[in-house]
Amino acid sequence: MAHDRIKDIWGPTTGFAAGEPWPIRVDTHLRDGLREEDVEHWVQSACVLCSNGCGVDIAVRDGQMVGVRGREDDRVSRGRLGPKGLFGWQGQLRDRITTPLVRRNGTLVEASWDEAMGLVVERSRALLDTKGPLSHGFYTSGQLMLEEYYTLAVIGKAGIGTPHMDGNTRLCTATAAAALKESFGTDGQPGSYTDLDVCDAVFHYGHNVAETQTVLWARMLDRLAGPNPPLHVCVDPRRTKVAEASDVHLAVRPGTNQALMNGLLRELIHRDWVDHAWVEEHTVGYDELARTVEPYTPQQVAEICRVEARDVERAAEVFGTSDRVVSTVLQGFYQSHQATAASVQVNNLHLLRGMLGRPGAAILQMNGQPTAQNNRETGVDGDLSGFRNWNNESHVQELADLWDVDPVVIPHWSPPTHAMQIFRYAEQGSIGFLWIAGTNPAVSMPDLGRIRRILGGDQVFVVVNEAFRNETTELADVVLPSALWGEKTGTFTNVDRTVHLADKAVDPPGQARSDLDIWVDYARRMGFTDRSGRPIPRWDSPEDAFDGWRECSRGRPCDYSGMSYAKLRGSGGIQWPCTDDAPEGTERIYTDHVFNTQDDYCENYGHDLLTGAAVDATEHKAMRYDGRARLKAAPWTPPPEFPSDEYPLGLGTGRTVFHFHTRTKTMRAAELDEAAPDAWVEIAPEDAEPLGIVEGDLVRVESARGALEAKARVSDIRPGAVFVPFHYGDVDRGGRPTRAANELTITAWDPVSKQPAFKGGAVRVTKVADGDGPSPAPDNTASARTSRTSRKG
Amino acid sequence: MHLATYLGLLDEGEKTLAASFRQVAEGHAEEADVYHLCNRLAAECDRHREHLAPAVARYGEQKVEEPEDLHAEGLTTTRTGGVGLLRDLHDLYLLVCYLDIAWTVVGQAAKAARDKELIGIVDHCEGETSTQLKWLKTRMKEAAPQALIVAS
Repeated sequence: MAHDRIKDIWGPTTGFAAGEPWPIRVDTHLRDGLREEDVEHWVQSACVLCSNGCGVDIAVRDGQMVGVRGREDDRVSRGRLGPKGLFGWQGQLRDRITTPLVRRNGTLVEASWDEAMGLVVERSRALLDTKGPLSHGFYTSGQLMLEEYYTLAVIGKAGIGTPHMDGNTRLCTATAAAALKESFGTDGQPGSYTDLDVCDAVFHYGHNVAETQTVLWARMLDRLAGPNPPLHVCVDPRRTKVAEASDVHLAVRPGTNQALMNGLLRELIHRDWVDHAWVEEHTVGYDELARTVEPYTPQQVAEICRVEARDVERAAEVFGTSDRVVSTVLQGFYQSHQATAASVQVNNLHLLRGMLGRPGAAILQMNGQPTAQNNRETGVDGDLSGFRNWNNESHVQELADLWDVDPVVIPHWSPPTHAMQIFRYAEQGSIGFLWIAGTNPAVSMPDLGRIRRILGGDQVFVVVNEAFRNETTELADVVLPSALWGEKTGTFTNVDRTVHLADKAVDPPGQARSDLDIWVDYARRMGFTDRSGRPIPRWDSPEDAFDGWRECSRGRPCDYSGMSYAKLRGSGGIQWPCTDDAPEGTERIYTDHVFNTQDDYCENYGHDLLTGAAVDATEHKAMRYDGRARLKAAPWTPPPEFPSDEYPLGLGTGRTVFHFHTRTKTMRAAELDEAAPDAWVEIAPEDAEPLGIVEGDLVRVESARGALEAKARVSDIRPGAVFVPFHYGDVDRGGRPTRAANELTITAWDPVSKQPAFKGGAVRVTKVADGDGPSPAPDNTASARTSRTSRKG
Repeated sequence: MHLATYLGLLDEGEKTLAASFRQVAEGHAEEADVYHLCNRLAAECDRHREHLAPAVARYGEQKVEEPEDLHAEGLTTTRTGGVGLLRDLHDLYLLVCYLDIAWTVVGQAAKAARDKELIGIVDHCEGETSTQLKWLKTRMKEAAPQALIVAS
């Protein structure tokens, strides 16, 4: 049965009606024909191959991982696993880095931990002595454990004192955090997955949930298979499985989300689907919002977005007349040029109708990665730990007291530096020590030629914690072998605030160590101490790190103080805030409609959505938000690059169901690799035909930055748009032309969230050679072959 | 009536500022946010001139002659590196300040002249100018530590 899950991605449906519990369905995969009775023990964990966080037990035999089984009592998944969850773990069983590597005479050679850490510490110490803390940068991940992030946060902010810490979460989830902060004062997901079980309508804003979170889509499919299914509305330039299942599909032109959102808001206002009393009591900024959206008539939106005006009206009607709407938002919005502005408008739609904080009325500003949420919470991604406000001296003092350091040590003169700026400083050499962990920027960042020059140059010393040799390790000065999921213990938190414990099931291979152990070792060698002479950090085990974090989070929105490893072990996931008053966790926040915008509590004072100009404390006070949500508005502006005569098509990049990120694990799992072995280029039949391109032809895609070659998939993507999956790098490609999507992408980012605008660049496509059969694109996903014209070739 | 003098000053000032934003965008194109945002703000300055055009037509635009110093110097070149960026943004900041107060002054006159059209124009453009100022301040605050403490 398990192998069918490549063909039958979402598994058998188990329909249910609104308000009923989502039925259990336990998915299992064991290696080599093993049966459950062959398994020696099962170790509790949760899946790390998307942001859903499905509870899973790891099967162990002879000290090896041999399989996985969904946990039926898990609140997120009720036993289910997606294809990546079922098969992806196998990828970490081979090709691992098992010893430290150091660069000697231009090549990486094996070294002892002492040698490697000696080099790291020598360089770090020399730079701290000569140039100070701002010479150090850290670029981490959405894949590590909460305990690892928090430990690094304390080392970076209290030990070294550098503001240059960010994660690849900047590429995936920074806008979710930014949009929540702008509207509600702090980060923190308003909704809960259980809201999907009772809602009347689901809106998907640039969120291909069918592929990015398959188990979440299974939950939605099960409602669709039940007696009173919700309506679905989908905003996506591609004909995704979500779009196919939707009642309204708005295939907007890339770079026009904000115009659409303003149009939907205008419809709510003009049709008077607004709860005026609620808006008056719980929000600030209605008049300016109404003024800003006024020009965006359905006709005007249709013109800008190239969609039908009646579809805009219909979508607004679904929103305006449903009692309980769940909105989900992801990369189609987050990786566009007005990312925060457009995502904030999703919040605004809910605020105009008072549709928040009750069952079925919810916003899910999604995450892309399993532990992205923890990077945000602990403050290694451009925030202060515990959703604290860097611009609030009393918040900084709280951390200084907790960490027992002078507050002046903790950088808080500006927001912590975002990833794109960290790489710019590394390019210029003012950051001379860059530590990368659990991420592969030489494939995942925009404009790869530039990223390779930065990492490969002599101006910056690059340390990389990694499990596999990849495009980034090959440019590093020191590579430290990391333990992966199942090889270490830690906790992490999913999209809807559910915290899982992931216990260690097996030993890491060779000399690999957890990132926690690596950073504690570094801190000890560096001799970081607090004002009382105690070591920073004060712990060296995951559980002690977690307890340190519980204290740090106490009293903040992401309050873990009522949690413990003992409580998490055996549980089906606990949602924060979890306190003495709410010992079982909290399903839904903002149920009293009091938001976190109080001057002394909020995480920031907000920004101008068009420029990112910061609102200061005095201005914030003058607005008297005091628990009321901020309705923030912005006009649509054209993207930094629109299609032109030279580059006539709009580029989108993204994830496909069978792979994760740069495929370091998924390409080593046979089932997943075979399902999507190589890159492809999706193009609409209307665009392919004049270029003489048919299914399977080798095509070249070029932008002003670079080019790639891959086979064409003539699909149902909207005309004028091209899609390339972002997973495929070149480390295993020899001298062949590149296929990495980010050779093409522009270096530009949203002014508020600083998330790169991977979507919306301009490209041209040309045919290179005839194909010899269909492209390697999957046929049971958004990349399915087109149904719009008869197939050729 | 000296309102025409100030309208001329504003018109000329926005023109100078637009050119200076473009100068900084090109000169610091490797700072991707500066490049994209300065170009967008330059276009905003162009639009300010368009908004102002009907008022200029009504009052007549008078070239500024007295006192001679009442005009702002635009940026004709850009500097390089972290400190260079900071100083160029600083120059832009001074230019925008000059325009910000010029809009305030014209707004005062518009109110006294009971000129509702001009009041509306000033309300819109003054707000955007003030946001330009805030963005420059935000960006300079972020850039200053690295440029002044670490950069070589």
